[in-house]
Amino acid sequence: MKKGFARFARNRGALIGLVILTLVIVIAALGPPLYPQDPWRMVQRPFLPPFTAPGLPLGTDALGRDVLAGLIHGARVSLMVGLVSTVVALLIGVPVGALAGYFGGWVDDALMRFTEFFQTIPSFALAIVLLAIFQPSLFFIILSIAIVSWPPVARLVRGEVLSLRSREYVEAAVLSGQNSRQIITRQVLPNAVSSIIVLASLMVATAILLESSLAFLGLGDPNVMSWGYMIGAARTVLRTAWWLTFIPGVAILLSVLALNLIGEGLNDALNPRLARRGE
Amino acid sequence: MTILQIRNLSIALPKGADRPHAVEDVSLELAAGEILCIVGESGSGKSMSANALMGLLPEGVRPVKGSITYQGRDLLQADEGDLRALRGRDIGMIFQEPLSALNPLMRIGAQIAEVFEAHRLLTPVARQSRALELLHEVGLPDPKKAIRAYPFQLSGGQRQRVMIAMALALEPKVLIADEPTTALDVTTQAQILKLIEDLRRKRNMAVIFITHDFGVVADIADRVIVMQHGRIVEEGPARDVLLHARHPYTQKLIAAIPGPGGEAKDDKQGAPAILRVRGLNKIYKTGGGLFSSPRVVHAVNDMTFDLHTGETIGIVGESGSGKSTAGRCLVRLVAPDSGRVEMAGVDMASLSGADLRANRRRIQMIFQDPYSSLNPRSTIGRILTEGPVSYGTPRAEALARARELLELVGLDASAVTRYPHEFSGGQRQRVGIARALALQPDIIIADEAVSALDVSIQAQVLDLLADLKRQLNLSMLFITHDLRVAAQVCDRIIVMKQGRVVEMGSADTVLTAPEHDYTRALLEAIPGRDYERALKDATGVPACQS
Repeated sequence: MKKGFARFARNRGALIGLVILTLVIVIAALGPPLYPQDPWRMVQRPFLPPFTAPGLPLGTDALGRDVLAGLIHGARVSLMVGLVSTVVALLIGVPVGALAGYFGGWVDDALMRFTEFFQTIPSFALAIVLLAIFQPSLFFIILSIAIVSWPPVARLVRGEVLSLRSREYVEAAVLSGQNSRQIITRQVLPNAVSSIIVLASLMVATAILLESSLAFLGLGDPNVMSWGYMIGAARTVLRTAWWLTFIPGVAILLSVLALNLIGEGLNDALNPRLARRGE
Repeated sequence: MTILQIRNLSIALPKGADRPHAVEDVSLELAAGEILCIVGESGSGKSMSANALMGLLPEGVRPVKGSITYQGRDLLQADEGDLRALRGRDIGMIFQEPLSALNPLMRIGAQIAEVFEAHRLLTPVARQSRALELLHEVGLPDPKKAIRAYPFQLSGGQRQRVMIAMALALEPKVLIADEPTTALDVTTQAQILKLIEDLRRKRNMAVIFITHDFGVVADIADRVIVMQHGRIVEEGPARDVLLHARHPYTQKLIAAIPGPGGEAKDDKQGAPAILRVRGLNKIYKTGGGLFSSPRVVHAVNDMTFDLHTGETIGIVGESGSGKSTAGRCLVRLVAPDSGRVEMAGVDMASLSGADLRANRRRIQMIFQDPYSSLNPRSTIGRILTEGPVSYGTPRAEALARARELLELVGLDASAVTRYPHEFSGGQRQRVGIARALALQPDIIIADEAVSALDVSIQAQVLDLLADLKRQLNLSMLFITHDLRVAAQVCDRIIVMKQGRVVEMGSADTVLTAPEHDYTRALLEAIPGRDYERALKDATGVPACQS
């Protein structure tokens, strides 16, 4: 474990990513209690630029709401959407991929055609349609994002399982009388975990982007402040008050960048053969 | 005349490796037209020395001391451009695995032409005709067709010939052959060895031949260097080293060569048959779409034999002979198409579900590759207890049994908490054997169980198997491509060719008076047969008894 972290830390980008993400997590966790300003309350006159009014370091938006409060409360929503939807996507994708890869034959055919059905529809369009059908609440936003992002997980896991199931230790497990469920959960999946973790870290980033895009289009939950909502609400005043889109935009950029850097670092740390190259 | 000289070469390994130097203080000289064999077990640094010659060391590994002099120039000081000019033109190299050394997407002719192109020699037309000549020279059947072929269309031996043709393209003065025949069948190996020998004579080329097989050394070497842990332990003319080895390590290696006469063979035919195989068939169909007929391979063709209690039968054959498929059919890892596999009156071939599970514990398997046969994410304890636990043994009891088994196979009982990567290849294979024994089977199928191991480790594992067999009264099917190994451990031998059993009989008869031409060809292709006789005369004991 210690060795793994040393390998991870050798990638300087990954370390920077980890620092940024830790900062975002701390803000999301401790921000609202420490900065209890309600992000929906109008506190000052609208369009106050940053660093002009005392107590409002990032100024106010078109309705006179505190931008810093929005940013802090939005961090919580963005992170939660990213993490939860990724977990849900893994819960769908991993079993589908594992079953398809392990059993092959018609099970594989059926599950993969089902997966391809989702893959043929552009994921963003599908998410919009799903949200148009459901109500735009946080629960359904997470569900929609999970539904459009599980197919790559299923395909990755299927590929890994296909190659792992022909290993001799899997054959030995068959001979020693273990059933398919035990073989999949004990012999096969633990060896696919590193690829899944790397993919998952990148999926969190994609999910944050998706949520922002949906909120930008006005399909976000109207009761929660999110970074995407802030950009969407400020787009009409882009020329007169550019900082209102710029500030949450930078927040999204940094979080997504951090997650991508971490994903790359994890890839180096968990795939030792690739990591050796740098030694 | 010395053309290549290595003086006091030391190569440092990166920090955290198991020893500071891959190669330490190695000196050697190579004369024109000489075949120098470097022998050693895995990790002895024999390949590293050769790679240093070509400037092909992996990143992080670098020479720290000494010199490599070729025609008055120190190769260690040469820059990349000089080395590139030297590679291929002056020093050629062939590798162990001919499939991964060839580009799968290029035709053979283009790959050979590329060698000339890299050195800006000849016109494109002349390159093709030269390629054809080369393929002819290395004895490929139908070179005109081969030049248009892709690597996957050739057999392993043919690919190795192509690799040799490429290495010879620019008429190098030195050829480095790194285990060039290890991945090949014995008959193919014999042909490739003969080819290298012929080419050396015709072109007065010096050859550095890296191998772990003393039989090969005996057949081909003029001089021998024996390496252990990165140092040269013995050096001299082939005859002296092989017949009058001075260093204990060399003596140990020579003693470990498997050969006939290891175990006293007894006839177990009188004992009751524990496994009856009748008319076993397995056919593989691959490909076959709308417009092409499928390729049909009869992997196992009408196999019939009895295995008696306490008996060891060797199934011998070259790759593709169906021997592994046969073994996998018996335990139902592969479903046979027809035939009966009777074990104590139950037909294994027709069982399914719970019945199959209940009967399968009586027949267990030891696998070939000690690196892929143990789950890298499970502790040894878990690997050994999973089987018994899934058949209902309480975990604590299974764990106690696992500890006993580990001691039985010569490992420490404390190994239960460790992971497979903490063990060497030979130790892992012992764990594999313990796993097979955990379910207390009557029959063990060993599928090339010692092929991936070094000779000295191989000898230890074979001894262990023989001991266990006696203690536990096991019956064993020993699948191998190596007739020498089969001769040492088996009571009876089945020889397979293209899915058919071509000869079956007691080990002594098959090895000394083979009836079938194919068996005879296999026996003749074993490297170092004359040498074993000479060794017997010189020392009075056969090679295998140590």
